[in-house]
Amino acid sequence: MRQTLTSDVRVTKDSGYTIPWHQRRKTRQTIQALIVYALLLPGAIIFLFPLVWMLSTAVKPENQIFLFPPKWIPEPILWSNFWDGWNKFLPFNLFLRNTLIITVNNIFGNLVSSCLAAYGFARLRARGKNIFFMLVLGTMLLPNEVTIIPQYVLFSLLKWNDSWLPLMVPPWFGWPFFIFLLRQFFMNIPHELDEAARLDGASSWRILWNIILPLSKPAIASVVIFAFIGNWNNFLAPLIYIRSLDRQVLAVGLNMFRGQYGQTNFGYMMAVALLVLMPVLIVFFVGQRVFIQGIATSGLKG
Amino acid sequence: MQTIIPSKRRSFSLKQREEIDFYLAIGLWLIGFILFTGGPILASLLFSFTDWTGVNISKAKWVGLANFHQLLFDDKLFWIATRNTFYYSFGSVIFGTLGAFIIALLLNQKLPGSTLLRVIYYLPSIASGVAISILWLWLFNPQSGLINYTLSLVGIKGPMWLGSQQWALPALVLKSLWGIGANMVILLAGLQGIPVPLYEAARIDGASKWSEFRNITVPMLSPVLFFVLVISTIASFQIFTDVRVMTQGGPGTATYVIVYFIYQTAFEYLKMGYSSALAWLLFLIIFILTLLQLWGSRRWVYYESGERT
Repeated sequence: MRQTLTSDVRVTKDSGYTIPWHQRRKTRQTIQALIVYALLLPGAIIFLFPLVWMLSTAVKPENQIFLFPPKWIPEPILWSNFWDGWNKFLPFNLFLRNTLIITVNNIFGNLVSSCLAAYGFARLRARGKNIFFMLVLGTMLLPNEVTIIPQYVLFSLLKWNDSWLPLMVPPWFGWPFFIFLLRQFFMNIPHELDEAARLDGASSWRILWNIILPLSKPAIASVVIFAFIGNWNNFLAPLIYIRSLDRQVLAVGLNMFRGQYGQTNFGYMMAVALLVLMPVLIVFFVGQRVFIQGIATSGLKG
Repeated sequence: MQTIIPSKRRSFSLKQREEIDFYLAIGLWLIGFILFTGGPILASLLFSFTDWTGVNISKAKWVGLANFHQLLFDDKLFWIATRNTFYYSFGSVIFGTLGAFIIALLLNQKLPGSTLLRVIYYLPSIASGVAISILWLWLFNPQSGLINYTLSLVGIKGPMWLGSQQWALPALVLKSLWGIGANMVILLAGLQGIPVPLYEAARIDGASKWSEFRNITVPMLSPVLFFVLVISTIASFQIFTDVRVMTQGGPGTATYVIVYFIYQTAFEYLKMGYSSALAWLLFLIIFILTLLQLWGSRRWVYYESGERT
C-alpha cells in the first residue's frame, strides 16, 4: 500500500532515486489498459458476430447455407436474396407502408401527450399532484398482460377489431415511461426562466412551447428514438388485433414468413429480417449519443 | 393540443390558473389512464371471477374464486409455466446484471476506443423484436448454426438447443444476455456519477483497489444496481416474443412461460375469464417479488442521506 502512495507522488524529480519501471505510473496504466482490452475485446467480438453472421447468411446461395464448416463470405455473394425475399413471398412493401404509418402516428401521439403530462408534473403546482404521479410510476411497473385482455374486450365492443385504431389511439394518451423520462429532464431546467416569463404574463402553454421544449431537445430526441424502436418492433398488439393480411405490420409479417417458409429458407429469412432491422440500426447509429444519454438519465434519480 | 388557452380572466388567481393548467396538461394522460389502464384493471379483476369463454360476455357466469382454485390446484400447466418463468427470470436477471456490472466497471475508464466498445456492447439491446428472434433461431440451429459451429472449434459437440427439452430454456436465457447493453449503460452512468474525491481520499488513506471497490463503488452504486435488478426482473417475467417466434412453448412444455400461457388461453382458446385470473396471478407474483426486493434492499442498498434505510 505504501508503494502505491510513493509512486503516485512523484519522488523522482528532486531525489536522485528512480522508481523501477514496473512501478511507474505510466507502465502500470498501460498494463491495466491491456488487461481491460484483453477482457473486453473478445466479448465485443462475441456481441458483434451474430449480426455479421446474419449478413453473411443473408447473401448466401441456398446450397451454401448449410455448409459445414460455414463459409463466411459466400461465392457468389447473392445480393438478390434481399429483393427476392422481400418481394416474392409476402407483401412486405405493404407491411412496410402500414408499419410506417402506425409508427409515425404513434411517435407524434406519444410525444405530444407525454410532453404535456410531464410538463404538468414537473413545473405546475397543484394539489394532488403527487398522487397522480404515483399512478404514473405504478403503471410503469404494471405488466401489460393485466390490461391487455380487458383492452381487447373494450376495442371489440367499439368494433375496432382488425383495424389500426387499437394500435394508433392509445399512444395519444401518454406513455408512463416517457412521462417519467421527460419529467426528470424538465425538473432540471432552472425555475427562474419560467418564473420571469410568468411575471411577464405568459401562459403556461407559452412557457412550455417557448422555454421548456426548446431547452429539452435531447430528452425529446430520446423519446422519439425510443418510441420509434418500440413501435417498429411491437409484436403482441398487431398479433392480437389485426387479422387481414393487407393491414398487417412488419413484425407479424416477418413471423408469418418464418412460419410459412420455415426452417429451410434461412437465406431469405435473414435477408428480410435484416431489412426489417435496418431502420432501427440506422436510427441507433444516428442518435446513439442522445439515446445512451436518455437511457442513462432514466435510470438515475428515481 | 386542442386545449383552450385560458384568457386573462380576472376571476382566477395565478395559483388557481396554474392548478387548472395542471389538470389540462395531464388531462390526456388521465383520460387514457382511466380508459386503458385503470378501467381495464378493474374489469380484468371482475373477469377473473367469471367463467367467460368466447366472444359474448352476456353468457358469462360468476364463479367466485373457481378460476384461481383451478389454476393453483388442478392446472399442471400453470405450475410448469410458473417454474419455467422463474427459471428464465433468475437466469437472465442474475447473469444479466452481473455481466452488465462487470462490463460497466471495465468500460468506466478513459481508454482509447472505449466509446466504440460501449456502442458495440449496447447495440444488441436495441435490436430486439421478431427479426432478432429469427436470427437466434438460426444461430441455435443444431447442425449449421454459428453457436454449435463455434463449440465444434473447441471440440465440444453442441446440444440440440431449441430442439431439446433440457437446453431450450437455457438457450433463451443465453439469448437474453445478448441484450445486457441497456443495463450496462445505466450502470455506467451510475459509476460516472460517483464523486471522484471519494476515491482520492481513499487513496490518501492508502486503501487498496479492492477495498475501494467494496467500500466506495458498491455502496455508491447500490441504488442504481437495485433499480436495474427491479426493472430487469419485471421485464424478464414478461418474455413473450422470443417464445412465440422461437419455440411456441416447446419442445413439449420446456419453454412454456406465463405470458405465452395467457396469450394462448385468451386469444387462441378465448377463455377470457380464466386468462384474466392468470394475468392477475402474474401481477401478484411480480408485485410480491418487487416487494421482496425492496425489503431485501434495506440490507445492501445505501442511500446518501448517510444511514442505511
